[in-house]
Amino acid sequence: MHLTNEQEKILEGEKGDVMERLFRLLVRLGEIYSADSMIPVGSVQVAGVSYKSIGDPGMEFLEDIASKGARVKVLTFLNPAGMDLENWKNLGFPEDFAKNQLRIMDAFKRMGIVVTSTCTPYLAGNLPRFREHIAWSESSAVSFSNSVIGARTNREGGPSALAAAICGVTPNYGLHLWENRQPTVKVKIETDLIFNSDFGALGWYVGKQVKNKIPYFTGIKDANTDQLKALGAAMAASGAVALYHIEGLTPEADSIKKDGLETISIGKSELKESYDKLNTGKTPDIVIFGCPHASLREISTVADKLEGKHLKKPVWICTSRMVKEAAERMGYNEIIAKAGGSIVADTCMVVSPIEKMGYKTTGVNSGKAANYLPGFCKQEVCFANIDDLVEGQL
Amino acid sequence: MKGRTISPGKAEGEALVTSEPIGFYGGIDINTGIVIEKGHPLEGKSVIGKILVFPCGKGSTVGSYVIYGLKKNDVAPAGIINKETETIVATGVILAGIPCVDQIEIEKIKNGDKIFLDADEGIVELK
Repeated sequence: MHLTNEQEKILEGEKGDVMERLFRLLVRLGEIYSADSMIPVGSVQVAGVSYKSIGDPGMEFLEDIASKGARVKVLTFLNPAGMDLENWKNLGFPEDFAKNQLRIMDAFKRMGIVVTSTCTPYLAGNLPRFREHIAWSESSAVSFSNSVIGARTNREGGPSALAAAICGVTPNYGLHLWENRQPTVKVKIETDLIFNSDFGALGWYVGKQVKNKIPYFTGIKDANTDQLKALGAAMAASGAVALYHIEGLTPEADSIKKDGLETISIGKSELKESYDKLNTGKTPDIVIFGCPHASLREISTVADKLEGKHLKKPVWICTSRMVKEAAERMGYNEIIAKAGGSIVADTCMVVSPIEKMGYKTTGVNSGKAANYLPGFCKQEVCFANIDDLVEGQL
Repeated sequence: MKGRTISPGKAEGEALVTSEPIGFYGGIDINTGIVIEKGHPLEGKSVIGKILVFPCGKGSTVGSYVIYGLKKNDVAPAGIINKETETIVATGVILAGIPCVDQIEIEKIKNGDKIFLDADEGIVELK
């Protein structure tokens, strides 16, 4: 791999111990995956934020590099934390958990990282442009930025993204290169997709089938960004899909090579199979929306459905701090709170300790959440569309 | 057998082999080194001190921290052998300093085989 003189000096330790260690990680990854050089990144998104996920070793690692003066060079956002960073007490998050979570946030802040914790940075102030090289790690955000925006990122591990933020570069391989962004399987959709949960169910099915391939979808007539977010998140969770294309909808779909691809078809019965498999529970103790984090449009939809109603069982909507602020101004939060629901910012159901908060069965409309909740949070899952889920809690 | 060095170092131990991918986050307990993924062929097995052999990683990008955490908690495998190491596992083993080699025909390795792993040279020896 070609390194500039300045980059060689980092390896010789001229920029300090932390830079040397983190840059060495990037160089090693570049050598393994045959990168020709390092390329500058426009922004970074770092995973590995929740204390539940990274534990004491992760926390001590972050505190160690923060205390040695590591600072990020580019706009860097964080993945969801393990709790609402402001309202954790009222929502019942355990005190000892909160103490460690706040230590982690403090270490990130000292490195100059924007301590807004969200899996949808593109809805909260970190929006890459078409063809921009970035180093993001949250798998659903990687999928969204590669596919819907046409920015370029590999699926970064938490520490490799952090290294890219502190060094300002990433090795040039994988999805940074046009030849690796070509589809490797065609997915023909032969059914109507109505609810966002339909896109989640579809994504979950396709991810299982195609694993880490690059799907090219045909037959999806229209989809808004909430639905594309749901589709990509589910494919990244059940498989390792980091990029997809949709005929007529996504920016690279016209220019990629589409000849001679193996084809799979998905109709009504496959979609139903997906719903059936994701449903492991009977009646939810709690319904949680916002995986990935809810957009303002999704919050307004829930507010419409809850206006003047009274919830018998809890409904949470997870979102970013920025979108929560906008929803507050629009009065959505008040409508939801009056009905007995909660807007939860900075965190999500998968990385928060909901199993320790007394919940056993969770209702979701997200294919990604339905995929992870049984393993990570020991939850039974009711996977359904938003109408049925809200109706069930009234 | 000769493969590609992912993370240098030498290790010796008993092989713990699976033909299924491993997702470290939600797959292996960071405090005990025991495989916890429901339905995984290695569920309930301990990876401590083993040469862990699996085709590739899967799942969450937080897996790198879990690998690092296993090492810090002294419950890590002694070495890792893959068919194809992707970025999440590569980042984890480099950070943790766990010897790791990929591009190995893992079908030739059986559970319980005594293995000498020279990850500096990318060599896997069955004893």
